[in-house]
Amino acid sequence: MTDRAKLLEARGVRKSYRSGGGRLDVLRGVDFSLEPGGFVSVIGQSGSGKSTLLHLMGLLDAPDAGEVWLGGERIDDLPAARRDRLRNTAIGMVFQAYHLLPELDALENVLAPLYVRYSLAAWLREGPAARARARGLLERFGLGERLHHKPRQLSGGEMQRVAIARALVAEPRVLLADEPTGNLDEESGAGILDTLSELNRRDGLSIVLVTHDQVIARRADRIVRLAAGRVETV
Amino acid sequence: MYKLLLCWRYLRTRWIALASVISVTLGVATMIVVNAVMAGFSHEMQTRIHGILSDIVFESHSLSGFQDPKWHMEEIRRAAGDSIAGMTPTVAVPAMLSFQVRGQWVTRQVMFIGIDESSHAAASDFSRYLQHPENRRQLSFELRAGGYDTVDSQAETPGPTRPALEGAGWPHRRMRVERERLWRERQEAQERAAGGPARPVDQQVDAVLAATAPADIRPPAGETPAAETDADAPAADAARKDPFKTVRPDEGRTMDPAKEQFTGIVPGIGLASFRDSTGVDRFLVLPGDDVKITFPTAGTPPKAVSDTFTIIDFYESKMSEYDSNFVFVPIAALQRMRGMIDPQTGIPSINSIQVKLKDGADLDLVRDQLRKAFPAELYAISTWRDKQGPLLSAVDMEMAVLNILLFMIIAVAGFGILAIFFMIVVEKTRDIGILKSLGASSTGVAGIFLGYGLFLGAVGAGAGLALGLAITWNINRIRAAVEWYTGERVFDPSIYYFFKIPTIVHPATVFWIIAGAVAIAVAASVLPALRAARLHPVEALRHD
Repeated sequence: MTDRAKLLEARGVRKSYRSGGGRLDVLRGVDFSLEPGGFVSVIGQSGSGKSTLLHLMGLLDAPDAGEVWLGGERIDDLPAARRDRLRNTAIGMVFQAYHLLPELDALENVLAPLYVRYSLAAWLREGPAARARARGLLERFGLGERLHHKPRQLSGGEMQRVAIARALVAEPRVLLADEPTGNLDEESGAGILDTLSELNRRDGLSIVLVTHDQVIARRADRIVRLAAGRVETV
Repeated sequence: MYKLLLCWRYLRTRWIALASVISVTLGVATMIVVNAVMAGFSHEMQTRIHGILSDIVFESHSLSGFQDPKWHMEEIRRAAGDSIAGMTPTVAVPAMLSFQVRGQWVTRQVMFIGIDESSHAAASDFSRYLQHPENRRQLSFELRAGGYDTVDSQAETPGPTRPALEGAGWPHRRMRVERERLWRERQEAQERAAGGPARPVDQQVDAVLAATAPADIRPPAGETPAAETDADAPAADAARKDPFKTVRPDEGRTMDPAKEQFTGIVPGIGLASFRDSTGVDRFLVLPGDDVKITFPTAGTPPKAVSDTFTIIDFYESKMSEYDSNFVFVPIAALQRMRGMIDPQTGIPSINSIQVKLKDGADLDLVRDQLRKAFPAELYAISTWRDKQGPLLSAVDMEMAVLNILLFMIIAVAGFGILAIFFMIVVEKTRDIGILKSLGASSTGVAGIFLGYGLFLGAVGAGAGLALGLAITWNINRIRAAVEWYTGERVFDPSIYYFFKIPTIVHPATVFWIIAGAVAIAVAASVLPALRAARLHPVEALRHD
């Protein structure tokens, strides 16, 4: 049943939240797939469940029904420790609100996934190489001068580039971006999208981009439209 | 790795959390200080109790005592010879001590203890507490010519002064006898004059009386008892008018109080002196003065007998219970006066034997050995701890209660940490979501906050340790500063008989205090840590 051609798959996932007295069905059986090296946009109105789909595929949440597969392996029902490990190693996430840790500077924020991965002893061994990689990523994104600035000293575009660098430092198999340009002005947003396109094209990075903006969605190879918790074919 | 890093960053950026551990710091510091002072106090008290009581006290239930101390000492040696360093017999009876102060008789209830001059020092620290340096070296019940300490010999820093002791000894005795003679002569002259106007001789006497008032007494330099100066009064004349004119049955003649003494005694200093508000000890009687003591004889029923004694030194253990209760006398004299010597065999009786053990001997073990060897119906055998059991256990209990109360303070601090940690977890909700999205496990997130609690607890306890030790080591300086600033005595040596606050820091106690404080800080962070661990990542990320 596994399809080698699919890197990330959602099969008939359902998710509902209790809100107030009633039940809110956010996803009502969504099928989604991403081929290796693909760049897919998920587009929909706010409340259409696109962020929830991303969270399910990013293992931040578990579906009520349906399955999530990554690289031919079902991942949504794994034990917590395995899911934590996959989040750390295989999935990179970028959020609308950047979600950087305010106590850490840009370089440390980029290194955060590796901090999480390594014990203190392992860090002493791996640290120098990791730091070099993180530094390289930030330099590539034009932040070579801002390695030791705290998030509050950076502009929105810079913060989002730090966030992308953080998502990439662990060399994930897929990058999940949730409205990465939502808080940015047009110019910075365009810069971020250029970066993502370039990563997809040059590095072959598989990307899922969630947005509500048609224009932004068109940067992807393929668009999946969500409405009322279901996929609308385009 | 991230746990350590984030703990450290939170520690550096969340000063409010440090504020919450100030109470831990204060609690730890207070506990260290209180324990050090209490331990010092208790140790000081034990040393003092032990100073007068030898290691093991072997006594009879009866005031009349038991016969033949020699045989008993041999038996004791046979029962526990290996651990015994020294033994001395004593006789102790309740008695009344009377002396005259400004013409008024003062009577006090005392414990009259006969001790063996030669062996008593070997069995207890008795001689350390005497006021004459020679007596401290080797006790003698002979009145000394002078040279009594005018400052406390046991005080490490200059303690209260005792200017009155400067002239004590033979000079004081001769001066007193002379005063009494002059006083009597004036009385007689006034009687002869039958209320006539004052004559020149009376004014002369008054002048002499004023000049020799005790406050003005100066020690005659280099004077010895042999070099008598009051030759103006013939010895026979003085003896005729002596109020203490006593015919000793064994001497068969009257004695000259200016040259001879009665049986020497060493009363506790508290019986004869009081400390005034300036810290100077004032004396009601001095070495050289005569006192009367009334005590029961050894017969059945006991009869009260009294005799006159001469104070030759004071005893100061700084345990007011002893210092205001004990009067020491040569054991042989007491045995003779109480009729404790068998007229046929010449074998004396005693009340108790003080046994000193060798260093490292097991007190309770030797006591049990002795209890096995002697019938309990006749002898009470107890260690010095047993004797002061209620007092020592009261101090222990006080310490325990104080510790519980102070630990409550740290526990209260724990709730402060709990509240602040909850706030921090709420504030950091989004960061927790971020960490989880980066793959941090729930236990890892909980670990951040537990580690943070550990950090804070350690910092708080460490600061408390430093503060506590600093206060403990400087407590007497702090006391002096407070006294200087407020002008009031914080620690009145006339009450406590300590000149400085004694402190002992037990490393084990300090360790447990710190361990307890850190444990409370960690325990207080458990709930917030669990809450952080249970946060749902998606909801946490949405949190603003």
